[in-house]
Formats: sequence, C-alpha cells, structure tokens
Amino acid sequence: MNNPRVETWLWLAQRASAAVLAVAVVVHLAGIIFAVQGGLTAAEVAGRVGGSAAWAAFYGVFVAAAAVHAPIGVRTVLSEMTPMPASWVNAAAALFAVVLLGSGFTAVAAVYRLGPP
Amino acid sequence: MAVTASETLSVSIWRGGEHGRFVAYEVPKRDSQTVLDVVTYVQRRLDASLSYRFACRVGMCGSCAMTVNGRPRWTCRTHVSRVAGDGRLEIAPLRNLPVVKDLSVDMRTFFDKWARAGGAFTPTGSRADGFAAIPPADAKRRNADAGVECIGCGVCYAACDVVAWKADYLGPAALNRAWTLVNDARDGAGAARLLKVAGDAGCHACHSHQACREHCPKHLNPTAAIAGLKRAVAVAALKGDL
Repeated sequence: MNNPRVETWLWLAQRASAAVLAVAVVVHLAGIIFAVQGGLTAAEVAGRVGGSAAWAAFYGVFVAAAAVHAPIGVRTVLSEMTPMPASWVNAAAALFAVVLLGSGFTAVAAVYRLGPP
Repeated sequence: MAVTASETLSVSIWRGGEHGRFVAYEVPKRDSQTVLDVVTYVQRRLDASLSYRFACRVGMCGSCAMTVNGRPRWTCRTHVSRVAGDGRLEIAPLRNLPVVKDLSVDMRTFFDKWARAGGAFTPTGSRADGFAAIPPADAKRRNADAGVECIGCGVCYAACDVVAWKADYLGPAALNRAWTLVNDARDGAGAARLLKVAGDAGCHACHSHQACREHCPKHLNPTAAIAGLKRAVAVAALKGDL
C-alpha cells in the first residue's frame, strides 16, 4: 500500500469515476422521479428501458464507474479501520470490484433482454 | 491577600508517562493569566518535579503546546478566562506523541516526518547568483506565504484523527511545510518531493476533517495545503513526471 505512484493513480481513478457517477446518479434519480409519475410497474420499466441500447450503454457506464469508485474507497476503509494485511485488503477490494461488475452487468443485460421498448 | 475558593482554579494535571494519572491542584486566579502561567505556578510553588516544556512565552517557539480541557492549544497564548469559565482546567500532554513525562512529549516522530516529507529546502542557485525576484502577488508565492508561518508546535498533529489511526501518516504540519516548498520558485526538489508526499502515508491519506485548520494557533490551513499537494501530485502523474 506504500507505492506512491499506485496510490496516486488510484486516487485519480476514484476522482474521475466520481465525476462520472455525479452525472449518472442525477440522470438515474431524475429518471426515477419521471418514471413514478404515473405509478411504478415492472411493465412500465421494461417498456421504457428494455431493449434500449442507449439506456444499456448509460447503465453500463454507471456500473463501470461504480465498480472503479467503490472498491477504492472500501480498500481505504479496510486499510485504515482493520488490522488486515495489505495483500488481504487488496484482494478484498478486487473481489468487491468483480462482484460489482458481474452483478451490475448481469442486471444491465437482463433489463436489455426484457425486449424492445 | 488571602485567596478564597472563588479565586482559585481547580487544575488537573497529567503526571507520569503513558500510564500516568491526573493529579489535582488548586491555583490562585490572576488577571490575564495564561494556561502556561498556571502550569508554571504548579511547578514553582506546588510541585517542583512537574515536567513541561516552554521557551519564548510569546507564541513564537512552538514548544508549550498541551491538551487543555480536551483540545490541543498553545498554552502561552491561551488565557485561562477563555477556556475555563467554570474555573476548572484539565491539562494533559499532546495527543498522538509518546509521553516522556507529565506534560512533555517526545517530538522526534513529528520532526522526523518533516524530513520524510521533503521538508528541507533544496537550493538551485549559489551564493554567486543574485536574489530571486518573486513578486508578492505571484500565485505560488501566495500559496507559500499562506503556510510559512508554522511554528512547529504540533497542535495540528495532535488534533488530526488520521494521525491517531495511521501511525505512519506524515501529518498536517509536515505536509504543509512540503507545500510551501513546492511553491518556492527557488527550490529544486520537484517530483522527488512530490513522490515523498504522495501515497497513503502522505497527502492521499488526508480525510479533510480540517481539525488541523480548526486548532492551528497561527490560523494556518494545512488542509488546503494538503489539497494543493493532491492537485500537484495528480498533475505530475498525468504529465508523466511522477
């Protein structure tokens, strides 16, 4: 954990992904507020975003940014707040990134496959 | 003149090393009395074995910092009337540094970290060169000016929670010092210093809690200095200079 170059690039990656997330979260929240105006149903969600390449791309970027941003933060928390050795901390953060990427893209693909809007 | 109870301060002072205890003293109140005056009274009149550190008494030397009623302060410029409205004072050694005895802490780690952060000036000129002409309004000079009045008292280091939970963190004072040199046009350490202050023992560990800024008796802002280091390190990394 003591390589200053690695730490610097992780810091930059976390800030850059935060900038992406700031926009993505606003779009996501605005989408929710817009979507619930007429009541929220699975059919409505499927009809709006299902089969949409644009929405799939948007949420794909969202998932990638979250998978970069969150594990770097978890890595910092684990290293500062637990006695875990650095190798365990790095492994746990990497595993968390894989889980976020895997579950996130699975969800994006599933929504896309719900059919053409 | 007899001293009545209302004219005395109830003072608890840490005695011993890391595993010491608070000992109670009664000290007469005086006008314009500082916390250092109180400690000095105890040492001169009540218990000559009390150990503490001071030198200038006018807020320049940075040697008299202690924990006063739970907060790190420079004791020579802290008036009792401002911190002990109820007449009670609890005086302890600075946090985050090993206690030598009573109110004296071992400052070696604190100053070793200044050296590790590249706190030494790296000259680029020689005595044959003329004076560097740096306009007062120069942006980098303003950055350096903002942090250069540090007296090395250790108050920010004691106030910093990151120092408390991360023993190798360089701390606010050392990083503030590095930032003044990063902005010094005459200094030549460049990327070598940025490498020293980067990483999870350096500027990237700062959580921007701003306890250093809150407690600094000179009203400096080490948090801003550390943020400046983060930017400088990031720019150097993006340019491939790090």
